[in-house]
Amino acid sequence: MNGFNGTADGLRGAQREAVAGLPDAGTALAELIERMKGAVAFDAKFVGIYSGGAWLAERLAEAIPGNHPVGYIDASFYRDDYARKGLKPEVHATRLPFEIEGATIVLVDDVLYTGRSVRAAINELFDYGRPASIELAVLVDRGGRELPIEATYVGARLVVARELSVVLSRAADGTLALATETSSESRHA
Amino acid sequence: MRNPQLNANGELTHLLTLEGLPAEVIRRILDTAVPFTSIGERDVKKVPLLRGRSVFNLFFENSTRTRTTFEIAAKRLSADVINLNIGASSTTKGETLLDTVDNLVAMNADMFVVRHSQSGAPHLIAAHLNRTGRTHVHVVNAGDGRHAHPTQGLLDLFTIRHYKKDFTGLTVAIVGDILHSRVARSLIHGLTTMGTTEVRAVGPQTLLPTAVESLGVRVCHDLRAGLVGCDVVVMLRLQNERMKGALLPSAGEFFKHYGLTPEKLALAKPDAIVMHPGPMNRGVEIDSAVADGDHAVILPQVTFGIAVRMAVMSMVAGN
Repeated sequence: MNGFNGTADGLRGAQREAVAGLPDAGTALAELIERMKGAVAFDAKFVGIYSGGAWLAERLAEAIPGNHPVGYIDASFYRDDYARKGLKPEVHATRLPFEIEGATIVLVDDVLYTGRSVRAAINELFDYGRPASIELAVLVDRGGRELPIEATYVGARLVVARELSVVLSRAADGTLALATETSSESRHA
Repeated sequence: MRNPQLNANGELTHLLTLEGLPAEVIRRILDTAVPFTSIGERDVKKVPLLRGRSVFNLFFENSTRTRTTFEIAAKRLSADVINLNIGASSTTKGETLLDTVDNLVAMNADMFVVRHSQSGAPHLIAAHLNRTGRTHVHVVNAGDGRHAHPTQGLLDLFTIRHYKKDFTGLTVAIVGDILHSRVARSLIHGLTTMGTTEVRAVGPQTLLPTAVESLGVRVCHDLRAGLVGCDVVVMLRLQNERMKGALLPSAGEFFKHYGLTPEKLALAKPDAIVMHPGPMNRGVEIDSAVADGDHAVILPQVTFGIAVRMAVMSMVAGN
């Protein structure tokens, strides 16, 4: 399939075949938790990128031993596509209820693709302070990076056609599900 | 004819007036302002959204306060801000408004924040830019004549929604010099568009515009009657500098009838909020005990005003 550039594995991610088709979100989350257990600092603070990453950060904070306060980030004000796309319709308030200065941070996102959202989120974090370190945990890595950014922890890797976007949804009962959508030409895709 | 404030996709490209602005556009501005409120609380009070853009504050009428809030908003978006005090400059040499604008566009202006004593001046500039195909240059009205002051209206709406959550079910009294107040006009349009249950215009006959009822408000000449059961009380400044002719006997007389005191405020709902666009005349339209009391949300209005202006600027500049 096109659109998969073949990325390096995350620092602690094991070699895994990229799967064609979508993994089950629950299985990918269980895999991500396995990889983070014992590897993540006991006092690491989890910062979820809205919206999918925010749901995941809450799940990970419950599942992973240690003391992991959860914060939320919406890096819309730091995105590099503002000049082309304008501001997206729904911007959430970033809420980081702890000191960033000197903290060990794990950024959490649902899908790692171009790396641009992560770049924007890191930039925003630095306007709150200088973290001791930042790691990145993602539910799925779909390749296609446009920046030199890699995840530290990955739940699943997959190959998806470039014209598709991978989206995480959360049902009323909290069940997470992955789906693909045809990327519209909408300005806020 | 298309609303000159919106582009072909219905997105905001200029902010000229709240009159005729769809509810979903107003709601989106208010929603966008929410995350901007937290920027002011950070150590680094800046986001890079408008980095490299040039915002020209074009003030044909003096207003230190409004100009400053726009300047702060633009700087917190990382824009470069150029303040032009036009009253003392080109126009006195005979240059027309649109020639001034064309000169500044030739200097690569990206946005004009315009205040003018003539109603319609920002509209004229926006129409000129649209007509000449320079749609990448945006206009924000910072107050024109008696016509409109849309960012003040929006920050009032933001404040009301912040404390009261919704507009439906609310009774809002706007009290005082409505005749000279573009703030009141913008707020009335905003409140009715957002579905506010009842909007009351309270003031003496001489300070209410003729046919103000046509804006969808209930007129009260008695302050006590106007305050009964209100959720929100908006006090307006008695605009001495705009008074032409004897509309009022005296400021003291005005306070006696229309000044908001704790005793009169007690007629409103127990959780009513009191707002004022500033600058306040203590002892003329508002008693100090109210201005400094628990019901007053006058200083939060100022803080929210920065976030609302950031939201407006970042929305128009991105469309």
